[in-house]
Amino acid sequence: MALLIKNVRAIDPSCDLDEVVDIVIQDGIIKEVGQNLSIEKGVTEDYSGKIALPGFFDMHVHFRDPGQEYKEDIKTGSQAAVAGGFTGVATMPNTKPTTDTAELVSYQYEKAKELGICKVYPLGAITNGLKGEHLAEMGSMYNAGALGFTDDGHGVQNGGMERTAMEYSRQFDALIISHCEDEGIVGKGVMNESPISDHLGLTGWPTLGEEIQIERDIELAKITGARLHIAHITTAKGVEMVKKAKAEGVQVSCEVCPHHLLLNEELIDSKYPVNLKMNPPLRSKEDMLKLQEYFIKGDIDCLVTDHAPHAEHEKNIHFEDAPFGIIGLETSFALIHTNFVVNGKMSYQDLVERMSIAPRRLLHTEPVQIKAGSKGDLTIIDPDKKWTFENKDIYSKSKNTPFKGYEFIGKVSDTIVDGYHSYQDFKLAK
Amino acid sequence: MLSVKHLTDTNELTKDDFYQILDTAKAFEEINSRPIKKVPALKGKTIVNMFLENSTRTRSSFEIAEKRLSADTLNFSSSGSAVKKGESFEDTARTLSAYKIDMVVIRDSHAGAPELLKNYTDAVIMNAGDGKHQHPTQTLLDLYAIRAHFGKLEGLNIAIVGDCSHSRVVGSLVPAFKTLGIKTTLVGPRTFMPKFVDQMDVNYTSNIEEVLPEVDVVYLLRIQLERIDSTPIPSLEEYRDLYGITQERYDMLKENAIVCHPGPVNRGVEIDSELVYAPKSRIIDQVSAGLYVRMASMYLLLGGEVNGIAD
Repeated sequence: MALLIKNVRAIDPSCDLDEVVDIVIQDGIIKEVGQNLSIEKGVTEDYSGKIALPGFFDMHVHFRDPGQEYKEDIKTGSQAAVAGGFTGVATMPNTKPTTDTAELVSYQYEKAKELGICKVYPLGAITNGLKGEHLAEMGSMYNAGALGFTDDGHGVQNGGMERTAMEYSRQFDALIISHCEDEGIVGKGVMNESPISDHLGLTGWPTLGEEIQIERDIELAKITGARLHIAHITTAKGVEMVKKAKAEGVQVSCEVCPHHLLLNEELIDSKYPVNLKMNPPLRSKEDMLKLQEYFIKGDIDCLVTDHAPHAEHEKNIHFEDAPFGIIGLETSFALIHTNFVVNGKMSYQDLVERMSIAPRRLLHTEPVQIKAGSKGDLTIIDPDKKWTFENKDIYSKSKNTPFKGYEFIGKVSDTIVDGYHSYQDFKLAK
Repeated sequence: MLSVKHLTDTNELTKDDFYQILDTAKAFEEINSRPIKKVPALKGKTIVNMFLENSTRTRSSFEIAEKRLSADTLNFSSSGSAVKKGESFEDTARTLSAYKIDMVVIRDSHAGAPELLKNYTDAVIMNAGDGKHQHPTQTLLDLYAIRAHFGKLEGLNIAIVGDCSHSRVVGSLVPAFKTLGIKTTLVGPRTFMPKFVDQMDVNYTSNIEEVLPEVDVVYLLRIQLERIDSTPIPSLEEYRDLYGITQERYDMLKENAIVCHPGPVNRGVEIDSELVYAPKSRIIDQVSAGLYVRMASMYLLLGGEVNGIAD
């Protein structure tokens, strides 16, 4: 089956492309990119006024499958992903049971493949059951397709264990993704430690609890030679440590979530808004503004959502008891586009670097480019569309987001995975 | 008229609100000195005491206050209730609210519980303590007892001694003291202080003996014995040595100074046993004041006039 995309502005910095072109995709592969193209058989669609980008990739999502399918499953998670323009995602291993075996990696791969909505790359646990005690079978999981390893949701508390994991990961050159949280310092913290947490009677989750593990893991990466990626970074100091280590040649990278770029602790008030509770927590306004700067400049390598679905009855309870996390796949692009691209703070090229290119480079997945021979994974956006985010825009099973009612400029109109529409003309196609 | 519909947070109260409640409480003190202490002020009103965290003192005080106001009451506690069986806060709240009640008095171990409750009921909400956040009626009774002794509040100098960081008592006292022009000093080890104490509108010292000769009120906080394993001090003995009110420290107080404590007292920890009811102690006056201010707040929140209490 052939698909001809007419008159789209295609932007891909990896092949120096930014012009209005036609794109032919056949059997899942981009056949040709050029002017005045035609096909003999197949579907031709006009995309005048729209922009085609290499398919977005989110390397940090929670699909809750297996085990907590009432929150999300691979199907609804994939639908949320393609509605947000993502052609690929990497799922976190804190499923029930934990994804710490090859079987569970294969289960997710196969289920996603069968659905054919979005490409799903399961990440494996570093330690069995995320307990931080015993190294999980990284080799088997790697052979089953796990591209990276993480105990996300928990920091690995024992430095010796983290070192062992890094040393062991080297034989696969797999990415070690660190959720940085020193439990001794963080304790039962539920929001950033600040005068606001004091005032609200909430236990603080200090920046130090994150930074001290970033520092430790950078030192461990230095001596082990492992590839380290810092998950959902939230503080300026954390990014500065990563930046300095990079300059010294350490193989370290980091990611940031839209909510840490655009929201801060000052929004948490005596209404105790549970959809502003996440781990790590929203930080100070100063940190938020610094993160924006580092994100725009590229000191932060990529954008992730940390899409964390929770059912209404679990999330809408006492702030202290509510689980951490918010959904994010449906809003990620629109938040970044509205706040950084529309006003010229960031180019489309940089957006593509942070949302498409860098995550695939870090995970060693096949690059997706807009050129002949590449996989036909494309995200097409309507850059001018004004819209308000509402419940009906949510494809995830869970609705825990602080962004309802936000007004956006720019929306994903089509998401094409392996040459087929998973999302078409602002609607799910699969 | 109070400026608030609910009594959940002393940050929301104006100076005028405080004085309205304290003045009304004065009238209720008089009523409580009569042979027949019951007035029909809240006749026909229904109040639910929703105590989802254990409490004996606060709950008794509210219950007596409600009875003396002639309100119909329902006591709902976590032990032996549906909450124990796993019913959610929302379901409990909606169920109680379905009885068309007028007021809920809520005690809960979670900060923000009264705010959450507002989503599920139209009843007036009285916060009887929410987690480490607020305990407004405790503050009102403290103010009442202090004002009864000094005849005024503005310009007083008060030291609060103890675990200020995990204290809803402090959460409510500090903003009230600020609104009322009371100078506040927090006293205790750094591990007992809010992390950002230096940015608060209070003084801080770890040396109790430095403040005792200067203050009008020394307000002792209870050490939470039930949480002693996770309390950031090495031992109760060391706490007494460094911060306890011993005879020697008691003697350092000004002639007219008083000692307050929200109770229950850990004898020999915050204050030595023989000093609990010493002449400067206002601990029992605080308990009585609790009755008056709770009667006053419930009366005012349910529509009563400041000077409208019938003889």
